[in-house]
Parts: sequence; structure tokens; C-alpha cells
Amino acid sequence: MNRTATPVRRQLNTPPVAASPFPYNPGSLLSVEDLSLEAVSHLLARATALENEDPLVRARILAKRRVALLFYESSTRTRTSFELAAKGLGADTTLVSSLSSSIEKGESLKDTGLTLRALGAEAIILRHNSSGAAWLLEAETRLPVLNAGDGMHQHPTQALLDLRTILAHLRPGIQAVTAETLAGVTVTIVGDILHSRVARSNMLLLPRLGARVVLCGPKELLPELAAHAGPGISIERNFEAALAQSQIVMMLRIQAERLAGMQLDLEEYKANYQLTGPRLAAHAPTAVVLHPGPIIRGLEITAGVADGPQSAILEQVRNGVAIRMAVVERALKAADQGGRA
Amino acid sequence: MTALVIRGGQLIDPAAGVDALKDVLLKDGKVAEIAAPGKLKSANGADVLDATGLTLAPGLIDMHVHLREPGQGYKETIASGTAAAAAGGFTAVAAMPNTVPVNDSPEITRWMQAPERRAAVRVFPIAAATRGSRGEALNDYAALKSAGAVAVSDDGRPILKDNIMRETLAAAARVGLMVIQHAEDTRLTQDASMNLGPVSFKLGLRGMAPEAESSIVERDIRLVNELRDTRVHLHVAHTSTAAALAAVRQARRNGLRVTCEVAPHHFLLTDEHVGLYDTNAKMCPPLRSAADRDAMIEAILDGVVDAIATDHAPHAVHEKEVEFDNAPNGITGLETALGLSLRWLHKEWKLPLGRVLSLLSAQPAALLGMKGRGTLIVGSFADVVVFDPKAEWTYNARATKSKSRNTPFDGWTMQGKIRWTVSEGRIAYNAESA
Repeated sequence: MNRTATPVRRQLNTPPVAASPFPYNPGSLLSVEDLSLEAVSHLLARATALENEDPLVRARILAKRRVALLFYESSTRTRTSFELAAKGLGADTTLVSSLSSSIEKGESLKDTGLTLRALGAEAIILRHNSSGAAWLLEAETRLPVLNAGDGMHQHPTQALLDLRTILAHLRPGIQAVTAETLAGVTVTIVGDILHSRVARSNMLLLPRLGARVVLCGPKELLPELAAHAGPGISIERNFEAALAQSQIVMMLRIQAERLAGMQLDLEEYKANYQLTGPRLAAHAPTAVVLHPGPIIRGLEITAGVADGPQSAILEQVRNGVAIRMAVVERALKAADQGGRA
Repeated sequence: MTALVIRGGQLIDPAAGVDALKDVLLKDGKVAEIAAPGKLKSANGADVLDATGLTLAPGLIDMHVHLREPGQGYKETIASGTAAAAAGGFTAVAAMPNTVPVNDSPEITRWMQAPERRAAVRVFPIAAATRGSRGEALNDYAALKSAGAVAVSDDGRPILKDNIMRETLAAAARVGLMVIQHAEDTRLTQDASMNLGPVSFKLGLRGMAPEAESSIVERDIRLVNELRDTRVHLHVAHTSTAAALAAVRQARRNGLRVTCEVAPHHFLLTDEHVGLYDTNAKMCPPLRSAADRDAMIEAILDGVVDAIATDHAPHAVHEKEVEFDNAPNGITGLETALGLSLRWLHKEWKLPLGRVLSLLSAQPAALLGMKGRGTLIVGSFADVVVFDPKAEWTYNARATKSKSRNTPFDGWTMQGKIRWTVSEGRIAYNAESA
């Protein structure tokens, strides 16, 4: 094709993209991109304060407030920790899951949200298999919506609890985060990046604190365009080369439920990307190993590494409750301050 | 009413090379006389529309709309869709066959044109290329043509099999119909809901690669070339990628009868306009990259694009108020096409007014073989749009004549306010009584 015959005119003035109206409710947490570093610092500080608070005092903070958990996908950690967090602050919680509700009868997300609001829910925690579902729910209900994972898109509380875990290991005692807090730190995220909302959330949060995020995985699970998602993100396909640079190694599960017919040679995958004891000892003997769970032992990570001294996987789970207390508190306190649209 | 005079306006008739102040007499559905202001000879007793300070042009022709009848009257009817067309300055629309049932028969083709549909402007059905648009067995094109079909297409259900597409092109050519292809290799776009690129990655949505469009366009052009029959006419619907346009451009250089249309949203918007899951920015083909969008503008300015067509695709509010990946594809477009084209193609990118109007009337008329439309020479149909080309206005989707309002252009500033739309001598739209 002779491209010179059709030069593309530069400098065309074209229609602008409208500014995002989201979030409608200041208590919502839809994406890590909605949080300023000041807001992140505040949430980290509140997580610590609430964790250290007398449980009886803590339970008065949101006493008898109503929080709904709306789950369209199965979940162990996120659901339980959100529920324990809300209850720990004294709130009443109710769980609606897609398999035991009118969702099965064809009720839409909009109608389900409006119904929960009419029942007195003051905030909704949503886990959904469609990317963007939390934005739809927030636009329709105008309630504080906490995104507990939307499709392949975002899982902001996971990124916050990962950050808390990272800080505890690499920057103990730090009070507030800035654009330099994680300068010099390389976080490698390994595996099924394409389908991972955890990866997207972390790669959009951690570089804002100065970290380098290295993505590692095969082409089928890590397209080249992932490196364009934001600043501070690069791709290294060689796992061992990535490990050698890393202070943090975050392993991901292969999301069989989202592969959509993709054929993957698991033996080859394990040969190239499984985090094994010898690999870790040889290339990243001091790195902290994270995994958002659920882990599939013997696939992306060996049992020895998961249970080993470098693993902070259960610490992440514990941090989840503290972070989610802070996020639930923010949801209802922001609403109290006139945030209801 | 049998006679109507439009007096004092600037007549722009690109096909006739006219751009001058003229009075026009419409009589019995046809253009009866055109004269310098005040010089009409036989205007006695006619009703008068005072077009002083306004422009009159051949009624616009949209060669790609979905009117949803038969079968989906809750989204649109032929009456409501053509009312929206008239409000947008269109006097003829070519209706795609993906109705329920699919328009693959002379009976449905005639039904769509029947007076009982109460169409405000002329409806020209495009019939399905294959039975049920399943891409397997060809329909009877001669019978469809005599029932009024102006082209054949399996829009929305692209013809993937090489042999079926080859037979379709050959059979349509024998009866003088063009084949309109919705170019999308659906084997590559399963579960995808927007353009493949950095934006889709970031939003966690599965993307449609530009190659899913261009590979089908390239395949179709190869088939046209192999057929070696100058009557074969391939028309690429809603072209959205630079690669597809490059293929069309090259085919034209090679002397093949390959034409294409571009929709306003594809020359104005990019995948960034999806924002945070705006389902009114979801259509197929999807909004593409800025480079692709710029290629659409360039190809319109340099003449490779043959027509602007809206792909007007109404959907009910409740169908679009859902998760992005569950929302149906398509946006409305009839009421915004002229306003957007004048605001951007003409005012911003300096395409002469006559060329904008030609892309919206004379050229689609020629592509579809419409006799006596797309021009206002004496004897042609009295299809006229009268508008103020300088007036700016704001589009309000809630005031639409369509049954649906799934548009990304709600609240946008438009240029060129329509005053009257006249369809075969009858006033189909009057801004003062709208």
C-alpha cells in the first residue's frame, strides 16, 4: 500500500472527550484512579487506627447502619472480609448473591440496586462478572458503591491491602504515602494479567507511589498493549529476569472461567512461570511473595513457596479486613457529610 | 396540497452544479420549475414557504438505517423512524433487513413500503442477501428487486463463507443490485464489546481487532476482482478502520466497483469516548483509535468515501441501562447527521457545503440507483431540505421523534438548523410545529 499518497493531516481539532461524571457519590470507591494520594494515606491511617481500636468502641462507629453485599460471583476472602469489616464497625449487613435471589429470575442490576436502596441499604458492596458493573450501579442508585471486583477491570480494595502489605515489609512505620514512597521498588506481577482486575488495580496504583511495575507472562495472557495502561509499567517475559529485579513478586491465578476458549499448555506454563522454591532462592531470595488468592497450589505457585518464609499471602488476607473497615467507614461518613446526590 | 413554492432561498444542488438564489416550484410531488427570485412563471395559487436567508438542497438520503419493523416496534417503527428522518432532513432512507423476521422476501419488502406503515418519508428496503441472513442460501434477487429492494445485505450477520459471498456478488450483479457487506470476521470478535486497544485493556473489556474488519474487506475485494464482471458492486458498510479504507482506496485504483460509507460517529469519536462504560458509545463496528478516526476524516476530505450514512440503530432505554458487555450494539443517528456534518466536516475541517450535501444526498442516491432523487433538477422528486446553514443549536435526545434515544450526541452543539423537510411535495417536517 502506498501510504505516501494519503498523508494523514495532523493538528485536526476533534471533539473532546467529556470529563467523567464519576463518582457521583463521594463515599464510593470504584477504581484506584478515583483516590488521591491523600485519600490513600487517609485510608491507610484509618485502617491502622480501626484495627487497633477496642472492638466495643469500634462497633459504635456505624452502629445499625445498613450495608448490602451484592455478589454476582463467588468469593471467599473479599466477601468475608467486607462482611467482617462492616460488622466490626457495628453495621447491619445483608448478602444478596446471584444464585439465591431474583437475579436468577432475570432482575436487572439496576432494579436489584434500586430494590436494595428501597430496603434501606446505605451503601452497596458489589462483586460482578461484568467490567464496569459498579459504575452502572452507582449511576442508577447514587449510593456509595464499593467495587469488590468488576469483571477483568478493577478491584481497588485488593490494591489497597496489597499496598498495606508492601509498606509493612518495605517501609515499616510510614505514616503517609507520597509520589516517592516506593521509589526504587520493583513489583513484578506474574501470570494471567489479561483477565486480572487485581493486576489492573495494582498497576494503576503502585506507580503513583514511585514503584516500577513489571508484568510477566506469556503473550496469550499478557498482551503487549498492557504496557500502555499507564506510566511506570513495563513487560518482561522472562520470569527469572523479572524475579532478579523484584522486591515484591505478586503471583496470579490462571482464570479458567475467563479464558473464553483460549487453549493454554499448562505444562509449558508451569515450566516458564511457576514460582518454585529453587527459582525464588536463585533469583529473588529476599523478595516478598504475594498472591491475591485463591491460590492453585502446584500450578502458579508451589506449596513450599506459598507456605514458606517469603510468603505474605495470609498477611494480605488479614490486611483485607483492616482496609475494608476503612473503606466502609469512608463510604458512610462521606455520605453523612452531604454526599447523597 | 399539490403546489408549493419555496421562495428566496439559496439553492445548492451539487449534482446539477447549482449554487444560487432560486425560487422553486414543487407540483404533484415533482420539481416543476426553478427560476431566479420572483421569476417563477406558474406559481399562482401555490402555498409559499419563505426561505429567505435559508439554504435549500436535495432531501438527504441515508443509505443505512434500522427501522426495526417488522418485529421490534418497541424500539422503533417505520412511522417513528421516518419521522426522525424527516426531522433530520432526510427524505429517503434505506432500511436494513435485520428485522424480526428478517426481510428476505418480496412480501416483507412490500409490507415495509405499504401506505399503512405511515412513513413520513420514502423507505427503500435493503433485502437480506441470504435466507434468514444465515449466510447459507441466496435469496431470489430478481423478485426482491421488483418488490422494491435497492440492495442486498446481511447487515450485522456478515457473509463469511467465500463461496456464498462470491455467489452473492455475482447473482446481485446479474440483476443490477449492489451487495452491502457489514465487514466483520465474527470468528475474531466473540464476546468483544469495543475496539481492541489500550482503552479496552484498561477497561477490562474484550476487544475487536481492526483486522476483523479489514480482513473481510480485503477478502471481498479479492472476490470482486476474481469475478471479472464490471457489474459487480461491493459496498462496504460503516467503514471504521484505516486498514479497510486503504483496501477500498487500492481497489478503486485498480478499477474495481468498490464503494464505502462512513458514519458520523466514526469520523468524530474514538474508543476514548466510551468513557466509563457509556453504552450509548457501544456499536458495531466499534469506536476505534484516534488514528482510525483521523483516517475516516482524511478519506472523506479526499473523496474516497462515497457516502455518509448513520447506521441509525434504535434500542429501548432499558436495553442500554445494563452492563456494558450485555448492552446491544447501536446508536440513533438520523437527527444528528446533518448538524454534526456541518459543525465538523464543513465548519471545522473546511469541506465545502456542497460536498457535505453531496455525501448526504447525491452520492447515496447514485449508489442505490435512485432515479430522480439526490438532485432538484426539474422533473425530479420534490424531496427538499430547507435549513439555516449558520445556525447553531443543541441536540436534546429527549425531544427526539424516534422511539429511542440511545445517542452519544445528547447535548452536543450542532450546526445547520432544519426549517422544513419536504417529501415528494408534502411537508414532512416543520420546525415551527415540531
